[in-house]
Amino acid sequence: MIVLRKRPAPSPLWRWLAPLLALALAVAAGALLFALMGHDPLQSLYVYFIEPLTSAWSLSELVVKATPLVLIGVGLAICYRANVWNIGAEGQLIAGAIAGSAIPVLLPGWNDPTALIAMLLLGALGGAAWAAVPAFLKTRFNANEILTSLMLVYVAGLLLDWLVRGPWRDPGGFNFPKTVSFEGWHVMPVLTGRVHIGAVLAVLAVLALWFVMARGRAGFAVRTVGAAPRAAMFGGFSEARVVWGVFLLSGALAGLAGIAEVAGSIGQLQPSISPGYGFTAIIVAFLGRLSPPAVLFAGLLLALTYLGGEAAQLALNISDKVAQAFQGLLLFFILAADTLVHYRITFRHRLSAGEGA
Amino acid sequence: MEQGQSPSAETPLLQVRGITRRFGEVVANDAVSLSVMPGQIHAVLGENGAGKSTLVRIIYGVIRPDAGTISLNGRPLRVTSPAEARRAGVGMVFQHFSLFEPFTVAQNIALALGGKAAALADRIRDVSRAYGLPLDPDALVADLSVGERQRVEIVRCLLADPRVIILDEPTSVLTPQEAEGLFATLRTLAGEGRAIIYITHRLREVRELCDAATILRHGRVVASVDPKTETAASLARHMVGADIPAVRAAPPAERPGAPLLHVRDLTLPADGPFGVALYGVSLDVRGGEVLAIAGVAGNGQRELFRALSGERLAQARGVICIGGHDVSLAGINARRAAGAAFVPEERLGHAAVPHMSLAGNLLLTRHAVDRDLVRRGVISWRRARQRTQRIIDEHDVRAARPDRPAAALSGGNLQKFVMGRALDRHPKVLVVNQPTWGVDAAAAAAIRQRLVDLARAGAAVLVISQDLDEIFQIADRIAVISRGELSPAVAVEETDRERIGLAMAGGFERRHAPGAGA
Amino acid sequence: MGAFEAFMLTVIAAATPLLLAAVGELVTERSGVLNLGVEGMMTAGAVAAFATAQLTASPWLGVLAGLAAGMALSLVFAVLVLTLAANQVATGLALTLLGLGLSGLLGAGFVGLPGERLPKLEVAGLSDLPLVGPLLFGHDALVYASFALTIAVWWFLFHTRAGLVLRAVGVNHDAAHAQGLPVIAVRYGAVLFGGALAGLAGAYLSLSYTPQWIENMTAGRGWIALALVVFATWRPGRALAGAYLFGAVWILGLHAQALGVGLPSQLLSALPYLVTIIALVVISRNRTLTLTNTPASLGQPFVPDR
Repeated sequence: MIVLRKRPAPSPLWRWLAPLLALALAVAAGALLFALMGHDPLQSLYVYFIEPLTSAWSLSELVVKATPLVLIGVGLAICYRANVWNIGAEGQLIAGAIAGSAIPVLLPGWNDPTALIAMLLLGALGGAAWAAVPAFLKTRFNANEILTSLMLVYVAGLLLDWLVRGPWRDPGGFNFPKTVSFEGWHVMPVLTGRVHIGAVLAVLAVLALWFVMARGRAGFAVRTVGAAPRAAMFGGFSEARVVWGVFLLSGALAGLAGIAEVAGSIGQLQPSISPGYGFTAIIVAFLGRLSPPAVLFAGLLLALTYLGGEAAQLALNISDKVAQAFQGLLLFFILAADTLVHYRITFRHRLSAGEGA
Repeated sequence: MEQGQSPSAETPLLQVRGITRRFGEVVANDAVSLSVMPGQIHAVLGENGAGKSTLVRIIYGVIRPDAGTISLNGRPLRVTSPAEARRAGVGMVFQHFSLFEPFTVAQNIALALGGKAAALADRIRDVSRAYGLPLDPDALVADLSVGERQRVEIVRCLLADPRVIILDEPTSVLTPQEAEGLFATLRTLAGEGRAIIYITHRLREVRELCDAATILRHGRVVASVDPKTETAASLARHMVGADIPAVRAAPPAERPGAPLLHVRDLTLPADGPFGVALYGVSLDVRGGEVLAIAGVAGNGQRELFRALSGERLAQARGVICIGGHDVSLAGINARRAAGAAFVPEERLGHAAVPHMSLAGNLLLTRHAVDRDLVRRGVISWRRARQRTQRIIDEHDVRAARPDRPAAALSGGNLQKFVMGRALDRHPKVLVVNQPTWGVDAAAAAAIRQRLVDLARAGAAVLVISQDLDEIFQIADRIAVISRGELSPAVAVEETDRERIGLAMAGGFERRHAPGAGA
Repeated sequence: MGAFEAFMLTVIAAATPLLLAAVGELVTERSGVLNLGVEGMMTAGAVAAFATAQLTASPWLGVLAGLAAGMALSLVFAVLVLTLAANQVATGLALTLLGLGLSGLLGAGFVGLPGERLPKLEVAGLSDLPLVGPLLFGHDALVYASFALTIAVWWFLFHTRAGLVLRAVGVNHDAAHAQGLPVIAVRYGAVLFGGALAGLAGAYLSLSYTPQWIENMTAGRGWIALALVVFATWRPGRALAGAYLFGAVWILGLHAQALGVGLPSQLLSALPYLVTIIALVVISRNRTLTLTNTPASLGQPFVPDR
């Protein structure tokens, strides 16, 4: 049987080895999955993980998909550091997309750089406002934020659905559930290929939060509240303020990701604007060890699983759901490997104590 | 029980040989041996961390030894679980009670013994009456006092009719009078031919109660003695391995200073269903003196500390003053800025963040009061490390560096760091909850000396403690807290353990609200 | 059949999966383990049940397959949080993501196919009685099973020694270990039971509620079941009442749409989620109630010294 013995302090070596081990195990499990579905595992792995990295087009797609994942993931990493479980980032993304789209839909005439800035700000505000609900319910009524933030994902999806089928539908759009196409300064400027300035915002967010977590008093408060709430109270930090702060921050970043998606890669509002970025970003945060710089790499890796899923659908005729399954497996292995950071694992036969007694 | 057929005076009832157990790199028990005769009350004496709890948990089957043998009545005893130990005739009363609060007394006992709770009620009444341990089988454990909970533990243990009974620090939660009652019960049990293993670090009890003593230090047996022929000092020397200096205190000044900590009629409702309400607590601590608050655990000590530190605010102005400033509605950092420092009871998780570096833990209490540590929201880790190093050096915190996590330090060293962190600011007012709880004797002596020295240098020191020996060593005046009410403070010369003990049992209460805390 | 009877029948159908999943999770949480993967286990149960029923033409084998799929996922969860002491919240989320992903992958070939349906248990004569007939008789076996399981769980938890042991483990795992109760084994059992019932709830969805496989057909019911456990303050009887309340809200939205109430259909569809939030707030704001009822070890990892 497996016996865990707590290490006196977390192992710094395993802290960095664990995600790599998890990745290796997840790839192995993925190969097994492909083999079970009747595909050559090695070739499938090549199609899934390597091929997308071999063309300029797919590399730019990688950045496009990593942009929302990193933006959301870095916010969630801060949340989870504070032991606050915001799992409703998908809803905050949608709320941000809706809020930011108000300008192109309702004020189409305002089309200059300030309009774009206003869209981004509104996006962040929309996400933050959506995240404020679970923050309020948790701090005021003690309601579990996991459940409330998740319920609001469904509500946000239905709100978006209502808008694009109802009041915000493009009158010249042949009754398709879509808003007008965004044009001019309602679209994110492009850097190269389809990579838009949202990628720059994501990198800036990572750098800023890296600094705040390492050197800022606010980051110190977040870490303390997450690690030992009573000690945080002894330090004079308010748990409620930290809950509010991390919810508003992660909501704003998710909202920003939402408007950047709509104004960047999609170009209009439609019933479905995200393949579950808000949920995948949870995995990004964990794979990145809840540390901002590592989240950047984790975001690129998870973006690769989306590209790989699309490639597998085309080349191997497998459902692109394989991406989601693989992501789930990856998170499992990350969490299992994390045990090695805090515990020494030994194997023992059931009655070996009898030898000594 | 069949193994109890012919207890002869010559064969030990329980014999332990060469027990060894490691936890990681720590050897908690190193070839420990002891034997206990029937009818004997056998003390296992040692400091915190000497390996007493590990030893008895091995005997009771909770943890397994790496090597060594145990025999009961001359036959090898091999148990891999407490249930087997109970069947074999070994019972145990835990230090941190292993009770289930939402359940009734009978349900708690049924969980250990098997069978349905209803069927046990009569046996519980019989046994509790026979040994002077009155209990209501249908009462909820959550509603019982600490002393009553211990009775549940003992009755649960006795219902299995054990030959060997292990008690782990049983008096640490009792008033002196309750402890006397317990001793009477233990003598009755020993008189029935049972063997009793009594774990403690309290020398007074060993000499009063026990027939034999095995002394552990750093996991090894350093002496096996007859406590009746030893003095407290000789026992202490065995236990610690060196002489512990007595606390030296100059007598308090003839004319004590002005009250630096002033509390007037502090009343706070219970914070949640498991909390204790405070009723009309008033106290004054003057510069130059140590005021100690005695009491049985769970009578509002934690709540009083939280209210004094500002973790929880008072409900009106004019209730708490520090150095002449009304801080009733000011948070903990404002109170620190007014010259106060605080040391809570629990080191890991309250006084310190376990997996955070010592420098981070310094920052925990300083980020708002040391202006040069945080500027415009940006932390200077360099200064935090320097200041941490200074505390480590000046307060003799061993095996410590500013970047080591707090959890890596031993209890005594971490407590020295936590005390040093408070003293380093030369506070005018210091509030300490259980200053030496779970700390080795040398560190405890050093900490007590620091507290007295701080007071004599002009500060007001308030010590909340369960340890009457400690209180009588360092206090100038003593008050007692019981069910959220505080007795008037009396000078230490005008009272004694007996009277304090009666007050701890609630002898002074004005009964603001009957059934408080329930 | 009158409109009220028709309404009540659909409420029963909507409440049954919620009740099954909530009662399972209630047992898991009573043992001190928080499994947030109900949604994932339910989805896996739905697709496994549907696919098996398709391939074997036996809805009963489908039910078994759904139950087994839920249990299999919960076993993975148990190994992580019980044997490897992983974070329960994160592992539960992982379970949901994995369950949704695997189900989408395995169910891809079954989307849109007409399904097998669980037979209704008609009782000759009785089913035709006015009002009580259609309400009490003529449901499929899982509806009756949901009631039987609720009663059985109540009886088990509060009237058997094994139930007392399970609750003791959830209240204080250190004390339970010190008393020699098998903490980890009890929790394995409780987690597997929760997984089985979540799988059963999924099977009900794809074999009875809407006998087909649609991706994301659980539509948040797993999460609502989790909220229901909190709402019920970990008591089976209240879980039953809560499940029917939530089921009624769910159906009220659908009926209001059909009646053409002047509200957007999306708002009516959002009703169950909004009501869940309100219910959580109502119950959580009373801290004494939640604190005294929450199993005290809930969500805490347990690693014994041995």
